[in-house]
Amino acid sequence: MEIGAVIKHDIKKAPKTGDWRYMKPEVIKEKCVGCGACVKYCPEAVIETIDRKQLTIDHGKMSKVKGQILSNEVAQIDYYFCKGCGVCANVCPEKAIIMKKETECVKCGMEAERE
Amino acid sequence: MRNGSRERINFIIYIKIYTSVMNNNKTKNKALTGGAAMAEAFRQINPDVMPVYPITPQTPIIETFAKFQAERIVETEIIPVESEHSAMSACVGSSAAGARTVTATSSQGLALMNEVLYIASGLRLPILMAVSARALSAPINIHGEHGDVMGARDTGWIQIFSENVQEAYDNVIIGLKLAEKTMLPIMVIMDGFITSHSVENLEILTDEKVKSFAGEYKPEKFLLNLEDPVTFGPVGLPNSYFEFKIDQGKAMERVFDMYKKITGDFHTISLRNYDLLEKYKSDDAEQIIVIAGSAAGTAKEVVDKLRNEGKKVGLVKIKLFRPFPHKEIAEALKNSKSVAVLDRAMSFGTTPPLYSEIVNSLHGTYYELLITSYVYGLGGRDIFQKNIEKVFNDMINGRYIEEEKYLNSK
Repeated sequence: MEIGAVIKHDIKKAPKTGDWRYMKPEVIKEKCVGCGACVKYCPEAVIETIDRKQLTIDHGKMSKVKGQILSNEVAQIDYYFCKGCGVCANVCPEKAIIMKKETECVKCGMEAERE
Repeated sequence: MRNGSRERINFIIYIKIYTSVMNNNKTKNKALTGGAAMAEAFRQINPDVMPVYPITPQTPIIETFAKFQAERIVETEIIPVESEHSAMSACVGSSAAGARTVTATSSQGLALMNEVLYIASGLRLPILMAVSARALSAPINIHGEHGDVMGARDTGWIQIFSENVQEAYDNVIIGLKLAEKTMLPIMVIMDGFITSHSVENLEILTDEKVKSFAGEYKPEKFLLNLEDPVTFGPVGLPNSYFEFKIDQGKAMERVFDMYKKITGDFHTISLRNYDLLEKYKSDDAEQIIVIAGSAAGTAKEVVDKLRNEGKKVGLVKIKLFRPFPHKEIAEALKNSKSVAVLDRAMSFGTTPPLYSEIVNSLHGTYYELLITSYVYGLGGRDIFQKNIEKVFNDMINGRYIEEEKYLNSK
């Protein structure tokens, strides 16, 4: 028996709390400067900054928006576990995260009945 | 003349042995309050994290320790939280993360922590908490009493009582190791104000000794171990919760053996004995008082006084209260004719906590002895030698009046 019920972590068995979400935060990649403020504030620890190259975004477009690329990093949200609290959108200094209404179910990918 | 010189030689030899023992151990005598002594033990342990919220009479502990931290004598991270509930929550977090964690509290603070105390013991986190026992409101009272710690007696924490400043200091060092070896949280308890604020002489061990005794904290599983990721506090529904609680109960039973082993090791570095209970002239005693905490000192004086008068009286002092050493208590009391249990707390609607435990210990033993219950010192009310003497005399005369069970009450 595990002492103190401290069990081995298994992400596959973890309940996907993302399906509790009503509002969905979306990162506008062109605006994100990769400062990491949302990473620190996220109460569910589901945001990380990843290399921009891993995302298929247009670097030319980015430079047009800001004049220059400020960071190689960009925020990415794990939607399987994001509960949509909106803290990240509130703390983002670039207003690069916006809250939208959830449109599809995390579990099955079906379009949600709600608008 | 011959005898006199022999005595003198013996005395000189004694001094030599004594000083050589002292030099070997490099112990240091200091005059400190109970709070400062506990802070001194914390300094020598140098814990990783101390989330803490101030409350009288715990304040001398954090006051002294914060000074050490401000002067960078310790590397501890003190987290000044917004309440005791948060303090204990932060303790759970930091201990689960793998840090050696200590805290301190009293009275209302301990009551506010209550919810999280069960989580700490359920997760089997070896948190060390210094408790300066104090009365609970209402009416509001800041003085020494055991009401607060008795309220937390079923939280799954080890509870250990200290009689004086020396014991408070030693129990912190013993307690830390006991907690980490048994993976159970521990409360090291001293009496508010009576011990926490009064200056007494004590023997401080060297830093190196405490350091090597405490060792390094190596938890088996912790959150910051990325090689072995674990989940703390998962859901335990009817199909598993029961077994985890049985396991926790068994862990509590293993505390006795570990306590004996650790105090044995502690004896080698300090030359101080810590048994499960302290038996003071109780082996051949006909009347015995059972007591916990600082009032044991006063009671020992009374025992000495009555022994000089030829009365066979004795005292048994409780150290470990959780887990409670039922067998040892029954063994210690078996030769007596009558036993008086002195509680510094009440349990409303039933008998006082310590008395209940003693009765429980003697159940089914067939020893013919009379057990009586007394309550003393609530809200910091003084207890005098004459009050304890009265208890002994009552026992000797076979007299017990229910109305007189509250010692020194008006």
